Amino acid sequence: MARSKNPRGGKIGIPGRMLGYLLRHLQNLLGALGGLWRQPLASLMTVSVIGIALSMPAGLHLMVENGRALSGGWESTLEWSVYLRPGVSESRAQTLANELQRRPGIEKVTVITADQALEEFRIGSGFGEALELLTDNPLPNVLVVQPSADAESAGQTTQLADELKKLGDVDLVQLDTAWVNRFHAILDTVRRAVALASAVLALGVLLIVGNTIRLDILNRRQEIEVAKLVGASDAFIRRPFLYHGLLYGIGGGILAIALVQLIGFLLKEPVSRVAGLYGSDYRLLSLALDEAGLLLLAGAALGWLGSWIAASRHLRDMDPEF
Amino acid sequence: MIRLECVSKRYPGGSEALSELNLTIEKGEMVFLTGHSGAGKSTLLKLLALIERPTRGQVIVNGQNTAKVSRRRIPAYRRKIGMAFQDHKLLLDRTVFDNVALPLVIAGMGRRETARRVRAAIDQVGLLSKEKLLPMALSTGEQQRVGIARAVVTKPDLLIADEPTGNLDPDLSLEIMNLFYRFNEVGVTLLIASHDIELIRRMGRRRIVLHEGRLQADSEAGGQLHGTI
Repeated sequence: MARSKNPRGGKIGIPGRMLGYLLRHLQNLLGALGGLWRQPLASLMTVSVIGIALSMPAGLHLMVENGRALSGGWESTLEWSVYLRPGVSESRAQTLANELQRRPGIEKVTVITADQALEEFRIGSGFGEALELLTDNPLPNVLVVQPSADAESAGQTTQLADELKKLGDVDLVQLDTAWVNRFHAILDTVRRAVALASAVLALGVLLIVGNTIRLDILNRRQEIEVAKLVGASDAFIRRPFLYHGLLYGIGGGILAIALVQLIGFLLKEPVSRVAGLYGSDYRLLSLALDEAGLLLLAGAALGWLGSWIAASRHLRDMDPEF
Repeated sequence: MIRLECVSKRYPGGSEALSELNLTIEKGEMVFLTGHSGAGKSTLLKLLALIERPTRGQVIVNGQNTAKVSRRRIPAYRRKIGMAFQDHKLLLDRTVFDNVALPLVIAGMGRRETARRVRAAIDQVGLLSKEKLLPMALSTGEQQRVGIARAVVTKPDLLIADEPTGNLDPDLSLEIMNLFYRFNEVGVTLLIASHDIELIRRMGRRRIVLHEGRLQADSEAGGQLHGTI
C-alpha cells in the first residue's frame, strides 16, 4: 500500500491528515485523563509527590527573592557615620555639617553631638549605671551623611567617602553597608544552593514519573504486546504514556503553585507584623505570573521527559510472543 | 506469496529450530503446517511475523525480503498480515467491537469507516449481536472467532494462524476451518499451523509436515503426502 493512501484507499490531503493527527492526540489526552480518573488515589499520590518536590525549590526561590527585595530597600538608605576627631567642638561640627550640606552629591547631614550619643547609648545599651562613673564623655561628635540618590546611582559614593576622609577634622568614615554586602554574599550562596537543590529535585521528579509510568507499562504488558502484534508502532504505544506523564507533571505544577501561594498567605500576617515593628511597610512577595508559568512548564516538561525515558526503555524490550 | 530459501533458525544456546528449510507458498493458497510440538511450526510463523529473524537464509513475503525490513518498519509490515493465535490474544477489558477495531485504530482510520469495517468483520464471523460484550462473556469458540475477525478486519492478503483450533472441540474446530475456507475463497492466502491431523485431512488442502526443523513431507491439494516419512 502506498504511503500517500489512507486505509480507506482514497487520498487525503495534508489538512485532512493534520486534522486526523490532532484528533488522535486529543483522543489520547482524553484517554489519559480518563485513566487518571479511574485510579484517583494512585494518581493523586503521584501528583502530590511531584507537587511537593516542585514546591520546595519554588518556595526557597521566593525566600531568596524576598531577601533581595528587602535588602534592596536597605541599600537605598545608605549612609556614612563620619566620626570627628576628639576635641573638635560641637559648634565646629555644626559648621562642618552646614558646609557639607551645600556640596553636590550629598542629600542630608545630621549632627549627633557627643552628649546626644552618650545619652542614646546610656538608654539603649543598659550600661546606664556604669556610664555614670565616667567623669567625662569619651564619645566624639558624629556627622551622619546621606548621599543623594543621584550620586548613588552614578556610583560616586566611594569617591565622596574618600573626600570626606581627607577633611582635617575627620577621624573615621564608616560605611554602614558592609553588613549589607555580607548579607548579599550569603543570599548569593543560598541562591546557588537553591539552584542545586532544584536540579536534584527535578531529577527526583523525573524518577518519580518514570517509575510510575514504568509500573503502568508493566501492568499493561499484555495489551502492549497485542498492540505490537497487530502492527502498532512504538510511537503509537508510547503516546498514551506520554500524556499520562504530561498530566502528572501539570498536576504537580498546579499543586506546587497552590502550596507556595498557601504558604505565602499563611506567612503574610506575621511578616507584616514583624515589618511593622521595624517601621517598614514591607509586604511578602508571592509568585509572579511568569514564575508560576515557569513552574507549570517545568512540571509539564519533567513529566513528559520522565515518561518518555521510561517508555522508550521498556517498550523496546516488550517484543510480542505467541 | 511466501518463499523461504535455505532458512535456518538457531536460538541462543539451543538446538536448531529450523534447518535449511526451502518452501514456496503461492498467492491464494490455503496451506496447513503440521508436525509435532517443537518441529518448528511456531518458529516458522514467528519468522513470517518478524518476531524472530532467521539465523541464515532468506524469507520473502509478498515480494519483500524480510531481512530488509528495519525494526522501525516492522509495525507497517505487520499491518499487512493478519494473525490469529491459539489463545486468541484479545484484550479482556475491551468489548468485541473495540478488540476488532484495534488494528484500524492503529492504522489511523477514520471513525465512520472503522465502524463500518469492524461490523462487516464481526458479521463475517457471525457475532454481530455480541459486539458490545466483553470477551469473557463469550464462549471459547466465539472468542476465537473474534480473534479471527480482528485478523481479517484490515483485509490482509496473507493470514497466518497458530493452532487456531487448539482449544476447541471438533464441531467448533470445523466451524473455524470453514471460516478460513471462506476467506480463502475471496483470495486470502492462508497458512495455518495445527496438529489436528484428522481435521486437516478432511479439509483436503496442501499439507506441509515439519520434523525437527526440516521439511518432512509436502502434499499437493487433496493429494497424498510426498516425502521421506
